[in-house]
Amino acid sequence: MSKHVLSILVEDKPGLLTRVAGLFARRGFNIESLAVGTSEIEGLSRITVVVAVEGAPLEQVTKQINKLINVIKVVELDPEAVQRDHMLIKVKTDAATRSQVLEAVTLFRARVIDVVSDAVIIEITGDTSKCAAFIKILEPYGIKEMVQSGVLAMGRGSKSITEKVSK
Amino acid sequence: MSKEVLTGAQAIIRSLELLGVDTIFGLPGGAILPTYDPLMDSKKIRHILVRHEQGAGHAAEGYASASGRLGVCLATSGPGATNLVTAIADAHMDSVPLLAITGQVGSKLIGTDAFQEADIVGITMPITKHSFLVTDANDIPEVISAAVLIATTGRPGPVLVDITKDAQNQKFDFVWPPKVELPGYKPVTKPHGKQVQAAAEMISKSSKPIFYVGGGIVRAGAAKELLELAELVGAPVVTTLMARGAFPDSHKQNLGMPGMHGTVPAVIGLQRSDLLITLGARFDDRVTGDAKSFAPDAKVVHVDIDPAEIGKIRHADVPIVGDLKEVIPELTAELKKIYGTKTHDLTDWWSAMNHLVEHYPLGHDAPEDGKLSPQAVIKRIGELSGPEAIFAAGVGQHQMWSAQFIKYERPNAWLNSGGAGTMGYSVPAAMGAKVAQPDRLVWSIDGDGCFQMTNQELVTCAINNIPIKVAIINNSSLGMVRQWQTLFYDKRYSNTDLHTGTDSLMIPDFVKLADAYGCLGIRVEKEEEIDAAIKLAIETNDRPVVIDFIVSRDAMVWPMVAAGVSNDEVKYARDAAPVWEGEE
Repeated sequence: MSKHVLSILVEDKPGLLTRVAGLFARRGFNIESLAVGTSEIEGLSRITVVVAVEGAPLEQVTKQINKLINVIKVVELDPEAVQRDHMLIKVKTDAATRSQVLEAVTLFRARVIDVVSDAVIIEITGDTSKCAAFIKILEPYGIKEMVQSGVLAMGRGSKSITEKVSK
Repeated sequence: MSKEVLTGAQAIIRSLELLGVDTIFGLPGGAILPTYDPLMDSKKIRHILVRHEQGAGHAAEGYASASGRLGVCLATSGPGATNLVTAIADAHMDSVPLLAITGQVGSKLIGTDAFQEADIVGITMPITKHSFLVTDANDIPEVISAAVLIATTGRPGPVLVDITKDAQNQKFDFVWPPKVELPGYKPVTKPHGKQVQAAAEMISKSSKPIFYVGGGIVRAGAAKELLELAELVGAPVVTTLMARGAFPDSHKQNLGMPGMHGTVPAVIGLQRSDLLITLGARFDDRVTGDAKSFAPDAKVVHVDIDPAEIGKIRHADVPIVGDLKEVIPELTAELKKIYGTKTHDLTDWWSAMNHLVEHYPLGHDAPEDGKLSPQAVIKRIGELSGPEAIFAAGVGQHQMWSAQFIKYERPNAWLNSGGAGTMGYSVPAAMGAKVAQPDRLVWSIDGDGCFQMTNQELVTCAINNIPIKVAIINNSSLGMVRQWQTLFYDKRYSNTDLHTGTDSLMIPDFVKLADAYGCLGIRVEKEEEIDAAIKLAIETNDRPVVIDFIVSRDAMVWPMVAAGVSNDEVKYARDAAPVWEGEE
């Protein structure tokens, strides 16, 4: 199984996410990560999906997604594309551990966005491996709560997947 | 551009009229009541009141499959809508252009578990080509137009439009024509020229080519184009269950139906071929058997309007996405250039095929229990009705025998539930077909099991003067399941006895049932009565006719490839494998 990152440009219609997610489920494709948001074109949303499949079924995935009426375009991003996860992590701290946690935050270029006497909330953005490494460092202190976005991805260079898409 | 103030309900009917819809099969209820009011006044639309919404769905399918036009069904919210689900799923599997319109509870009640509320858009998402929920009357003209466009173009399929009751009651400025914007929907119909060239070259170089023809030919209306191409190449042709009639059965190149119950020449022809010229077929498991061992030496040219079908099951050496009606003439033209004055020499290939045709014709034994032979009955119905008739089958043994023993000479003459395998399809589908093509003789060839699922639509037929003929191939059991129990479950007949035969409880008595439904009922138990009954049915047009043919329950469908095994294991009859005397 190999991971593939798909960028899907869709019309912003009700039920669209259900259509895409349902398609993955019923065709037996596994979603590893999913992120949805507006694009730079009004009325169009952009979905980033990380899917784990063998080579040939991936073609089936993209063809089936393309068949959805509200899907404008499906692009498989190359592995070199910019890929970022965004996480919020609530870590247990006390007077003794706080400085060590803050040191880790600095090392990973993360940010503290909330502090109370016995915990901090940290925000980190990075690729999946960087985020995973950061979590490993924080685990000994006690992670109370964690939330993360799906992977956001964009191809490098000046090209855009919305080129040739009428506004 | 015209503009006037209408209610949403009036706009639904007006839009359908303007889009050329002339028939709707449906049944009213609370949430669709506003739409039934203007429907009463429509001079252009005939509404046929069914007895169950599933019947409306299959009737719309039959209407579409017999005529090639859009079929339309209408139902209320909740159970009305969910009763359409089987027919929608059926249309999805067999690419039938179907528009299903459902009423929905008021927009403010959505999500409250209101009376007769069901999320029908959600329920049907995996079985529709697309679906819409309309909560504002202003969207109605555009949505109905888009739905019709989507259902009838590209690879046809079912589209559901769910309209809230308040949207139906809302007054608004009706503007026609609406602006339909579907930026994500652009079916490719014109093939890539280079791919067509590559296909032509591959065909010209093949020594054992075979046309693997699917239902796409029927949906594309490309039977004539296929005939010209097939005759130019001179290769054998096999027509799948969905494509029976897409190529004339009387044509000497036609080897019949491939697949689980296909003819020996068709099954082995595909298996030994070096090139599958695949036209609008999708390598269904009932055709390929074990897909890994299917046609192992063959290259594949695959033409389909749906890019997702290409390479789904079998790798295509030459993939062509396009409308068969456009692709085939281009392919024919390319091949003519390559062939010039020469013809494609397929002498060796044909001598091997002809050997199979000669030694393994379709046949059947006379039953030992003295009851009628189901195959003989079906064969006579076909012979006495002729190629201009329409035959709609249910699902099971009688369906396979109808596909095997009736000779089809034209597309749209054979209707059945191929992909979904929906028992109960036949009677309502025949009704829809007869409405679409009133001048044709329309048969429902049904099993005693299937018939009991949807026979209430005979009421609809009787009351609305839709004189279909129903032939019940009554073996008093769920015959195909019983056949599998005979072959694979040690003759343990778990729950397959239906007690409808003359030597059983005979509940129900189909002749009495026909009578109660206002139909002519005839029972046939003797061979010498078969022709007279069929002729009487054909001549009776003042009401529907039901013939209860009491047939042997031990008759089995042969040839057969057991589920999941290689097509090399085709059995001509029980324990009788054909001998392949090809070149190996």
